[in-house]
Amino acid sequence: MSTQQSYEAAAAGSPQETAEFDQGHQSFIQKFQHLLHVTPSLVPLIVLVLSVIVFGLLLGSKFFSPFALTLILQQVGIVGIVACAQSLVILTAGIDLSVGAIMVLSSVVMGQFTFRYGLPPEIAVVCGLICGTFCGFINGWLVARMKLPPFIVTLGMWQIVLATNFLYSANETIRSQTIAAEAPLLQLFGEKIKLGGAVFTYGVIFMVLLVILLAYVLRHTAWGRHVYAVGDDPDAAELSGVKVNRVLISVYMLSGLICAFAGWAMIGRIGSVSPTSGQLANIESITAVVIGGISLFGGRGSILGTFFGALIVGVFTLGLRLLGADAQWTYLLIGLLIIAAVAVDQWIRKVSV
Amino acid sequence: MEPILKARGLVKRYGRVTALDHCDFDLMPGEILAVIGDNGAGKSSLIKAISGAVIPDEGEVWLEGRKVQFTSPIDAREEGIETVYQTLAMSPALSIADNMFMGRELRKPGWRGNLLRQLDRARMEEIAREKLNELGLMTIQNINQAVETLSGGQRQGVAVARAAAFGSKVIILDEPTAALGVKESRRVLELIQDVKSRGIPIILISHNMPHVFEVADRIHVHRLGKRLCVIDPKAHSMSDAVAYMTGAAEPAAELAEA
Repeated sequence: MSTQQSYEAAAAGSPQETAEFDQGHQSFIQKFQHLLHVTPSLVPLIVLVLSVIVFGLLLGSKFFSPFALTLILQQVGIVGIVACAQSLVILTAGIDLSVGAIMVLSSVVMGQFTFRYGLPPEIAVVCGLICGTFCGFINGWLVARMKLPPFIVTLGMWQIVLATNFLYSANETIRSQTIAAEAPLLQLFGEKIKLGGAVFTYGVIFMVLLVILLAYVLRHTAWGRHVYAVGDDPDAAELSGVKVNRVLISVYMLSGLICAFAGWAMIGRIGSVSPTSGQLANIESITAVVIGGISLFGGRGSILGTFFGALIVGVFTLGLRLLGADAQWTYLLIGLLIIAAVAVDQWIRKVSV
Repeated sequence: MEPILKARGLVKRYGRVTALDHCDFDLMPGEILAVIGDNGAGKSSLIKAISGAVIPDEGEVWLEGRKVQFTSPIDAREEGIETVYQTLAMSPALSIADNMFMGRELRKPGWRGNLLRQLDRARMEEIAREKLNELGLMTIQNINQAVETLSGGQRQGVAVARAAAFGSKVIILDEPTAALGVKESRRVLELIQDVKSRGIPIILISHNMPHVFEVADRIHVHRLGKRLCVIDPKAHSMSDAVAYMTGAAEPAAELAEA
């Protein structure tokens, strides 16, 4: 022991202050990159503002009216709500392909329970919400307990839930007039508040409140932090004391519940209960999430980004329609946006700053 | 003296590989016990078995004379056994403060904590900063920066600080100085002494013989999945220890029974 050389003594005289590095000339682009790294939802926000300005210049007051701008909100209402559910699942590094199917089945349960069994609409709505949550629970249980890949689980559930929907409803649509006359509660989210030319439906208000609520929960509660940790590195999360399975199951259940609310909001939007509606909700919700800058590998991104992503799609859709362009141009541009969003995401991440 | 943590006859098999072969283990109160052994000797499996990260196929573990059965690291943590894993177990995208309090977040007092479940960020950041300063490891300016932006040594510092802040009965350090520079290693060794002076025993797994011989009170030599012997670093040289753990020499018979 005594022969051991005290090599560490040589380090005793080393400087104590924090090392300062010459950052070199930080170009504008580097600073911008740093800013985007710190606030990922800034990218979709910039794209959103730019697209509103461009369409505003091209279309003038036709686009820049309170009516048109709130119309965009109404058009993205359903997708926005579903995209919130999708965001939660994607933050855990999963994906939920069954969101659209759960939404439709929940709306059908609400309608059929009211009109087939004559239940009071309040109870039928609660049953619909429970139905959505239960579908989410099955997803979550298979992902967390059976360790099956989320893609496969929700691909299967998509087919199962959609088939259940058609079998149960016997492909029967409940007409809007019937609902308005006998159970107006089902159309609650279609109610409108008018402020000058601006029109806000309850569905739109619900979407905005949901975004604010989820942003709070993800940022300021332990559960929210755990969602990010599980998406980032589930093994590390487990070792540092997060109950990973419980978090996963709760995320899928919450996703199901939000989809059920989307189903209720959809009745308000289209007026009727139709088992064939909402078929595009899956792909549109994933589009909004990706454009919103949430990483498909989990653990990164914010719910605000998703909200902006959904709005971007809405602005493009309405703007191009008002310009009289072929609807295919919308899809083409959205396709470009998706690829660009992921490319920007990779660029931001390249330098950890 | 009764060991604070005791294991008898631990067995863990992975398929046809036996990682632990009826292994015994004793940790005395207030001591620093080093665990050394060649690669593949089963050190990590032993540590995982007593920290709840793997469930042994056979064998029993006692903590303070009480039989315990951990089915997850959370169980062990609740009993006051804190582990710094070699992989560090941190979420890269989250901040230092978030990582330090992962799984045991503090909530705001009053209705904002109870009703809104709001986290008390200010307090968590303050405690995190305090713990990091105690370690003196910190060339970190911002407690809210993501762990992925830290160097390997800084990450290790955060992980050690987390264990030191919350471990109440036993702290397990798996290669805590492997990724650190000379000065940072020195601080971790000082921290180990500091924790010991608070009366908390430490299990130190390390390949760094000078470090082991400097801080350890006893050295558990692990070989072929079991405890070969326990030696006193004052009575043995580093080359004796290396000879035992590689099988180049057999320890005296009385050592093997210790």
